[in-house]
Amino acid sequence: MNTEDIMPKLTKFVGQYVNISEITNDLDLFASGRVNSLFAMQLVLFVEKEFGFKVENEDLDYENFKSIDAILGFIQRKLAAPAA
Amino acid sequence: MNFELTPEQRDAQIKFRQFVDRYVAPNAAEYDRNQTTPIELVKIMADEGYLGALVPSTYLTKQDDISNQAANQTQEMDPLTWGILCEEIGKASGSLVSLLTVHSMVIQTLIKWGTKEQRDKWLPLLATGKVIGGFGLTEAKVGSDAKNAQTTAIKDGDNYILNGQKRWISFGQVANLFLILAQVDGKATAFLVEREQDGFSTEPITGMLGFRSAMLATLNMENCQIPASNMVGKIGFGFSHVAGTALDQGRYCIAWGCVGIAQGSLEASLSYSTQRKQFGVSLKEHQLIQELVADMITQTQAARMLCYNAAFLRQSKDPSVIMETSMAKYFASRTALKVASDAVQIHGANGCSDSYPVERHFRDAKIMEIIEGSNQMQQIIISRYGYQKYLSNQPK
Repeated sequence: MNTEDIMPKLTKFVGQYVNISEITNDLDLFASGRVNSLFAMQLVLFVEKEFGFKVENEDLDYENFKSIDAILGFIQRKLAAPAA
Repeated sequence: MNFELTPEQRDAQIKFRQFVDRYVAPNAAEYDRNQTTPIELVKIMADEGYLGALVPSTYLTKQDDISNQAANQTQEMDPLTWGILCEEIGKASGSLVSLLTVHSMVIQTLIKWGTKEQRDKWLPLLATGKVIGGFGLTEAKVGSDAKNAQTTAIKDGDNYILNGQKRWISFGQVANLFLILAQVDGKATAFLVEREQDGFSTEPITGMLGFRSAMLATLNMENCQIPASNMVGKIGFGFSHVAGTALDQGRYCIAWGCVGIAQGSLEASLSYSTQRKQFGVSLKEHQLIQELVADMITQTQAARMLCYNAAFLRQSKDPSVIMETSMAKYFASRTALKVASDAVQIHGANGCSDSYPVERHFRDAKIMEIIEGSNQMQQIIISRYGYQKYLSNQPK
């Protein structure tokens, strides 16, 4: 799955919580106060359901979740990784 | 969304009712008075397979030893069946719902964020009730502001040293594996702490308004040394992800338990108002009693529908389940308190006596508005969600 396939789904999900037109893809969603800790769990459920992989203990890295670009990179890496 | 129970779910509901009628309802008032739950009852629940009902079957090793009933009886339940179990137990005892709640919070958290070693070690023991789980987030000075818990964990070689105190911990008197939230360099982090750990002790809490048989305790950690491998998740993810998973599970159980309290209060009121006569006719003939009963029925069913919705979303692992579960907990706990209050009203002076169950339901329902995130926190979360959705839908 390439960026063109992932991005619309990702921005649609994030757009439920943040006005996408007001942010850039590299904006730190958490540090900017745009989302709260509940979004963190909703994001985990979203990527798991939408892209069919499990977010594991070892994936808990702020760099994987902080911005749209970061989440996109995380999804791409998980999809590229061989299934456990 | 299909609200019809499957034949398996209907059979399970009948089985749960038989269990509650035999083991819980006849003794709930006595346990409440004595402020205890006999460990034998916990063992029976384990043997029925209720404590391990959310553990994936891969961790449920069937035993050749036929005396190990829990291992052989336990089957993984779907979210709706689990909810029905919480409702049926809540009909008789809100306190006992809290056992299923905290135990399953630890189980769900380990399933989601535990390491392979943690899952392999603890899930089979939690499933069979050989280990009882407890959840340590709240502190004496930190309730809703849980992110700022004061308990600390300091790295010391291959260990962490925990210092702090957790308060109002359900089944803290008997649980032997606690999920504890602590600060590591100011970052919320979760750890597994065993009761037998040096530096760990508990003190019973009595004299509560409700949940009197939930065996509440204060947990003390004084230079409590635990292996670094007991960390669940990563540093800084203790609140957002680890406690987030636990609290979501907790709210789901509490919401269903509240439907149980409301249903139990309603059924007691239907029975009482049929038998009790005033002014020459049974209470149920009085229109103001009918008004109360109509609202009790409607509110209970509305709460149950929110729980069904949460169950459906839980089964499909939809991201909206977090908010919908929060709404279910908020509405169901308010409903439980209102319906239990009306039940006391219908019972009159008898309703204020512990000879009838409704006064206990009323006291337990009040606790439900406070635990697993107070209803004020739910209101903040829900309203913020509403504004987020509104603003994100505005024309660009």
